[in-house]
Amino acid sequence: MSEYWWGRSASEISEYVKNKEISPVEVVQSFLDRIQQVDTKIDAFTQIWSDYALQQARSLEEKIVKGKSPVGPLAGVPVSIKEVICTQRGFTTCASKILAGYRSPYDATVVERLLNADAILIGKVNMDEFAMGSSTENSSIKLTRNPWNLECVPGGSSGGSAASVSAEECVISLGSDTGGSVRQPASFCGCVGLKPTYGRVSRYGLVAFASSLDQIGPLSKNVMDSATTLSVIGGRDPRDTTSVDMPLPDYSERIRKNVDTISMRIGLPKEYFTEDLNEEVKELIMKAVRILEKQGAEIVEVSLPHTEFAVATYYIICTAEASANLARFDGVRYGFRHVDSKNIIEMYKCTRSEGFGPEVQRRILLGTYVLSSGYYDAYYLKAQKVRKLITQDFEEAFQKCDVIVGPTSPTPAFRFGEKTQNPLEMYLSDIYTISVNLSALPAISVPCGLTQSGLPVGLQFIGKHFDEEYLLTVAYLYEINRGQEFGNPPLE
Amino acid sequence: MIRSKISRDEIYHIADLAYLHLDTEQAEKLAADLSEIIGYVEKLNELSTDNVEPMMHAVPMENILREDKVRPSITKEESLRCAPLHDGEYFLVPKILEVD
Amino acid sequence: MEFESVIGMEVHVEINTRSKAFCSCSTNFHAPPNTQVCPVCLGMPGVLPVLNREFVNKAIAVGLALNCSIAKWSKMDRKNYFYPDLPKNYQISQYDLPLCYDGYMNIEVKGKTKRVRVLRAHLEEDTARNTHDLGGGYSGIDFNRSGVPLLEIVTYPDLRSSEEVFVFLTELKQLLEYLEVSDCNMEEGSLRAEANVSVREEGSDLLGVKTEIKNVASFSGVVKAIEYEVERQIQIIQSGGKVVQETRGWDPDRGITFSQRHKESAHDYRYFPEPDLVPLAVSEEWIQQVKQTMPELPQTRRKRFQEEYGLSLYDAHVLTSTKIMADYYEKTVQLGADPKQSANWIQVELQSVLAYENRSIENSPVTPEHIAQLISLVKDDVISGKIAKEVLRKVFKTGKSPEEIIKEEGLVQITDVEVIRAIVKRIVEKNPSQAEQYRSGKDKLFGFFVGLIMRETQGKANPKLVNDLLKEELNK
Repeated sequence: MSEYWWGRSASEISEYVKNKEISPVEVVQSFLDRIQQVDTKIDAFTQIWSDYALQQARSLEEKIVKGKSPVGPLAGVPVSIKEVICTQRGFTTCASKILAGYRSPYDATVVERLLNADAILIGKVNMDEFAMGSSTENSSIKLTRNPWNLECVPGGSSGGSAASVSAEECVISLGSDTGGSVRQPASFCGCVGLKPTYGRVSRYGLVAFASSLDQIGPLSKNVMDSATTLSVIGGRDPRDTTSVDMPLPDYSERIRKNVDTISMRIGLPKEYFTEDLNEEVKELIMKAVRILEKQGAEIVEVSLPHTEFAVATYYIICTAEASANLARFDGVRYGFRHVDSKNIIEMYKCTRSEGFGPEVQRRILLGTYVLSSGYYDAYYLKAQKVRKLITQDFEEAFQKCDVIVGPTSPTPAFRFGEKTQNPLEMYLSDIYTISVNLSALPAISVPCGLTQSGLPVGLQFIGKHFDEEYLLTVAYLYEINRGQEFGNPPLE
Repeated sequence: MIRSKISRDEIYHIADLAYLHLDTEQAEKLAADLSEIIGYVEKLNELSTDNVEPMMHAVPMENILREDKVRPSITKEESLRCAPLHDGEYFLVPKILEVD
Repeated sequence: MEFESVIGMEVHVEINTRSKAFCSCSTNFHAPPNTQVCPVCLGMPGVLPVLNREFVNKAIAVGLALNCSIAKWSKMDRKNYFYPDLPKNYQISQYDLPLCYDGYMNIEVKGKTKRVRVLRAHLEEDTARNTHDLGGGYSGIDFNRSGVPLLEIVTYPDLRSSEEVFVFLTELKQLLEYLEVSDCNMEEGSLRAEANVSVREEGSDLLGVKTEIKNVASFSGVVKAIEYEVERQIQIIQSGGKVVQETRGWDPDRGITFSQRHKESAHDYRYFPEPDLVPLAVSEEWIQQVKQTMPELPQTRRKRFQEEYGLSLYDAHVLTSTKIMADYYEKTVQLGADPKQSANWIQVELQSVLAYENRSIENSPVTPEHIAQLISLVKDDVISGKIAKEVLRKVFKTGKSPEEIIKEEGLVQITDVEVIRAIVKRIVEKNPSQAEQYRSGKDKLFGFFVGLIMRETQGKANPKLVNDLLKEELNK
């Protein structure tokens, strides 16, 4: 092999492939070699589709040689898929025992769209069971390690996605973000993670955790690759009535066009810079703000007064929805079943208790509780009202600014086991990301530096509804002016 | 003062609704966990929300409907393929008694 | 102490859209097991529902026919409970904002008009079907029916007797058939009626403890179950006991209701708004569009038939009992046939032929054109009424028109005076003793001669001419 392809961006790879300067087979082989080399340390992948990936690469090569049909924007780009997204190929387990060995009879809309864009599906990656968690420690399959420090968690729930991109085992990964599950692991692993506006990307084929909050989003090494991916996977899908019929621009083209002339009023929410925020993280965020200021941004203080209620609101709504969404896992039509049950009720109960891990059961119980007779108004309805107030906070803030900037997570990656004993403490670490899901807004985490101990920190940009174009342009402008290349994880 | 918001009996009742089987130890642990979390979320009561409309849907849209057209379904084999137990025609479960 | 029964109905109607409520599978659930299914109606991981527009249209039509208000804004909710026939272990239904609400239906019982108020009619999805007789300690599940659109109609407890319930259900079924929104087949479960029954001291305003009677497969079964249940409750109260609120099944063989334990130990459905479906906003324009597709409803049509065609209440009832029958009748009249003659021919003659052949009017080979032709042939004295009945039978058998049959079989009436006179003469001459007896006062023998003449002419002689000429001949 003359060259390593795994260090390259999606746009580079697809250009080379389209111009026949490199065979997609060579690209894919290079990434498969990389996975062989590093995944024993990282354990990001749950399934590696070597044969299938090479087969895709060969058909793409054939197509390019024939030169008849147009070649897609992700031609030859290796992509990993979170275990929660349905693929006909391989298994879709949600990292849960209850779906061990489950083969989906259909592809998620985003998977269809990736394939249409000539992306190469290279395998599936680890996550917290049913996307419930912030460290990927809740996977029933294995632990995934942070490429920057193997003693630390990769974040979650899309920990496998972030680790696989960070370790350059693939160029892009699709994750899902219900309360920060794309952005927080991106921040922990030093890559870019985009959570699009709710309704921008079809949820068809995303195994539901909390239907009114879930959104699929890309993780990549740079902003441009996430932008390109959003142009591929976004847009109205008749199979998802909550997907919105709105123009879907070619984001990478728009970013290039707008980046030189963009004007910025950047809002810093005062509630995000309290004593709960790690000092080192705070410093890195403020350094990034100064870079943006140098690029002509006007910095304004904004207020999101209901921030302190976001975690409580989020955990009521997401668990309520999850308690219903996860009811279908009963051992009747698919998945794990407890054998030797005396009757159907025992079968249900044992199947579910043995099939779901402790965190999933905890959330199902919490969700069942807040919806149960006599408690609906006090918890669920109340939370939906506070959700409205949180959304209104953002509407008001966006009167004063065009984009909101702050930390993605209050801390850098933590060590294994550090927060597993206290669920509430784990929940509270999602403080900066969950308001965005509650308000259906788009947001992106971009790396902004390393701590003294060499752990990445993510800078979060929050945009207006369906204005990913602006959000991505600002993030890109920051990225190209970041000025500090902190390199790749020390894996060698 | 730590007051248990959710009793063990309540946990069993909720587990019944959610079709989860809990042993005593789990029930104790979950009663404590859930009590702590519920205690925390009751923070929302600090807020007056009397005149606030609940946000029931994330994005304001309405009437997204499909036309009444039949499209081919998956085959019987595909539908049964993932089932833990089937007889080639039906999904099989332990006998359901009418009074269940 | 006198008791009165207080009954409210919950009727589930399977709506006959082509595809299911939330996916594109066919609603033909009688197909072989698990062949009309897809990831959506099997509740596979990752799927999402998409609501069928035609389901909503048909539900609005039913709502309007039941004089309901149509909600300008409504939504779908999740009703959570575990049961093997429910693939997601929640049913998509409507909770606090049903599509149709506050309606009523008037029924006629013992010559009095009674108003039955409709609380609501809401959208939901049907469940799969469980088969319990597979042996080996297993039950089988067929998901073909899973996700078939279902409209649940709930009345106030306004009904006071099983007779009222029967009339209500009959009228409701007729209405649904007119709207062509459902097959309304109780045996096949496309119409399912549940009754909430309680009793109280007559004249009291209080409601007694109710029981809910489920799983009854016919209207007559519902009537019998209610009668049994009312008696049972009265006996309990009279013997100093208390009625327990519960669900009861109906055993048609033993003719009794029996206690059924609940599906779920505690009924706590934990309803909440379905986040996968956006709300429904029904505009005035949408309602008008649905109205334009609605046919004239049975009660209106019944009244019009009485006024426009001078029919009796009874005839109007029979002729509007189904939309097909009413359309058939009106077509016949529109072809120029006398309304009363048409009513008679369709109700009596056509029905008896159909009944004899075990056919229904939908697939009758006799068309309104045939009936109109028969009526006009009789009116014009081309054939006699008696021949006409025979011709009708032949039309039924051959599908040929009455005119063709008459031509082919030479059934045209003999109206030539001289021809008939000659036959009359011959017959009277051949039977001199009977003629003598008649003349001496035995009037009854007139019929004897008519019979002989008709036999001779194979019934084709014009009866009036035969009468006149026979009298003339005998009185000579």
